[in-house]
Amino acid sequence: MTSARTLSPPAAVTVSLALFLAACGSGGSPATDGTTLTVTANAISGGKNSATADWTAKWLIPRFERAQKAAGRNVRVVFRPNGVDDEEYKTKIALDLRSGTGADVIDLDGIWVGEFAQAGYIKPLSDTAGPAVARWEGWTRIPQAVQGLGVFEGRTYGLPQGTDGRVLFYNKTLFARAGLPAAWQPRSWQDLLDAGAALKKAGVPTPLQINAGTAMGEATSMQGALPLLAGAGAEIYANGKWTGASQALKDVLGLYRRIYTTGLGDPRLQQEAKGRDKSFQEFADGRIGVLAEGDYFWRSVIEPTAGVAPMKDRDREVGYALIPAERPGAGVRGQDFVSMSGGAVRVLNPHSKNAALAWELLAFMHSAEATKAGLAGEARITSRTDVNDEVLKGDPMLSFVAGRVLPLTAYRPGLAVYPQVSTALQQATAAATAGTPVDEAATAYDTKLQSLVGPAAVSR
Amino acid sequence: MSTDAAGLGTRRAVGFVVPAVVLVGVFLVFPALWTIYLGVTDFALTGLSAADPRTVGVDNYAEALGDERFHASLWLTAQYVAGSAVIGQAGLGFAVAWVLRDRPGPVRRVVEGLILLAWILPSSVVAFLWIALLDRDAGTLNALLHTPGAAWLLDHPMASIIMFNVWRGTAFSMMLYGAALENVPPSHLETARLAGASAFQQIRDVVLPRIRGHVLTNLLLISLWTFNDFTSFQITAGGPEGRSEIVPVYIYDVALRGGRLGFGAAVSFLVLLVNLVAALLYLRAARSRGGVAA
Repeated sequence: MTSARTLSPPAAVTVSLALFLAACGSGGSPATDGTTLTVTANAISGGKNSATADWTAKWLIPRFERAQKAAGRNVRVVFRPNGVDDEEYKTKIALDLRSGTGADVIDLDGIWVGEFAQAGYIKPLSDTAGPAVARWEGWTRIPQAVQGLGVFEGRTYGLPQGTDGRVLFYNKTLFARAGLPAAWQPRSWQDLLDAGAALKKAGVPTPLQINAGTAMGEATSMQGALPLLAGAGAEIYANGKWTGASQALKDVLGLYRRIYTTGLGDPRLQQEAKGRDKSFQEFADGRIGVLAEGDYFWRSVIEPTAGVAPMKDRDREVGYALIPAERPGAGVRGQDFVSMSGGAVRVLNPHSKNAALAWELLAFMHSAEATKAGLAGEARITSRTDVNDEVLKGDPMLSFVAGRVLPLTAYRPGLAVYPQVSTALQQATAAATAGTPVDEAATAYDTKLQSLVGPAAVSR
Repeated sequence: MSTDAAGLGTRRAVGFVVPAVVLVGVFLVFPALWTIYLGVTDFALTGLSAADPRTVGVDNYAEALGDERFHASLWLTAQYVAGSAVIGQAGLGFAVAWVLRDRPGPVRRVVEGLILLAWILPSSVVAFLWIALLDRDAGTLNALLHTPGAAWLLDHPMASIIMFNVWRGTAFSMMLYGAALENVPPSHLETARLAGASAFQQIRDVVLPRIRGHVLTNLLLISLWTFNDFTSFQITAGGPEGRSEIVPVYIYDVALRGGRLGFGAAVSFLVLLVNLVAALLYLRAARSRGGVAA
């Protein structure tokens, strides 16, 4: 009998036991021996975020160890790789921190900072590593807005690695076949639908693909529901209230329903466990006309040499456009175009036995030299302006995101309940995509939202 | 110094029993009680409720019992157990054991070996094989059937994971029934055959009465294993849109991916009750019909 056969009661019991034992502990013992530091990230060589894993193992660790040796210290750094879904990674890190174990330096999605801080899993950097944190030279190089990714309730818990933005990617060859311009910029949702109709008429298998449903998890929220909601003039959380079954939400669900029940989008792709990966491949294969994605898609997925679904002629073949508001001026803050941004941060484990040294490592990881090396030749919007000034020059797409998208972007609320609200939103998009009437899907979402945050915290 | 033999005997007995009691207490009773406690709190993986859980009484139980998604997962689990364990593994396992019972050694060993292969492979490997088999774009099944684009995992998610579990778990039933059939005297079967009994009648009137203990034990074990099975998560992740979300996947999703450990503990306790009821029903049936196979 394999152990994988059982989960529910036994697994719950195991988790309970682990948590209880953790609760009984007095802080636990990190896996360090006084001269060893550990680093973890959801990255693994040859798999997920491979470049980060390779940079950590091949550049960061030897350099840092050498620098420490030069300073007369014998320090060993160990990288603990992971290659799992973000939700699984989050669970693992939360359990590590709860039980007083885990790596000294930990990669986190910026959106988790608030809930990890509320749980007491992470502490402000200066509480863990002392006054050296405030003296770090790098702070002057990171814009205040980007620093915000690691801030919760006014205190800094992590160093941001960078940020990103969402756009509409489109295939210029398919556009030419449909009689659409190579330099395309829709100015409303109707423009988007019109382009979809033209692509469909030209025989493109999947004219438009905007992430929906629960199978894609947070990718649905970031690449679909939230930018569309911003385009309809609403933020998911504003002025202390969460957006319920408002007209903006209904408009978003209406758009989903229209795209996926009229053959403009492929609803199957939204249901498969690996649907997002498949949509990447289909775009690369020239079967998807327009795909809403983050700049990650450009730099890591269809990147011509090392991408997951490389497109050799990416720079010539793929266009990108701002995501339009529902109508010009109808977006949040009266904008014509919208986007959403996120980013990863690195935090210190408050249980680290070598907190000062761990901070040295963290600061080293975020130095200009290390940040630049971490790009491994790829252009990416880092947290450091000095690095961005140098590396984004050679990539028009990333410069486009830095210059045109970031000024009109929005961020998710860093509150513990957000992931559950996000899941409810994903369920609403799944319903609309499957053809459920908009009012019905919106009402179900509203009911779920009220149960999560209380009726008083819901706006309509 | 005098030795009290009776006292020594008692102390020895206690000495033997204590380790077992401690092990059961630490690894069974205490976690179960802790799960029950968690089930009445809003304990979460992250956020304020992780640091300072509140007692919420029976709210979690009320929510679970009123949750349509939980109801749906119970119904899907019932289909999963009935389809893959009771009908699939037990039925097919018996059929194979019956057909193989007097086959020549080499034939029997080859067939048993092939079926056992699924049993000894790591479940994640088996899951990967099934994804490779059923995938709509690169799946082997579509290549064999000349049905390009047929989306088995999307259109028939429950059937897909039922087939997977039958394929994976039939070996256990086959081996158990194979051993049980050794206990049926060939002369009895021969007599029945000479009296004109069909194969079905031979099984019903001669074989089953003699192996009923094995049958019930097998059904109990494979039903509970299947009820608690989580491997299907690796194939469909409960999707599409919850259409293969059996109870363990539901618990995993709400408790760990959703971070609501208190709620997950409450649902786990409800599931534990269901399992206990099922086990008691089986045991009762076994006792009333002559005992469970040792």
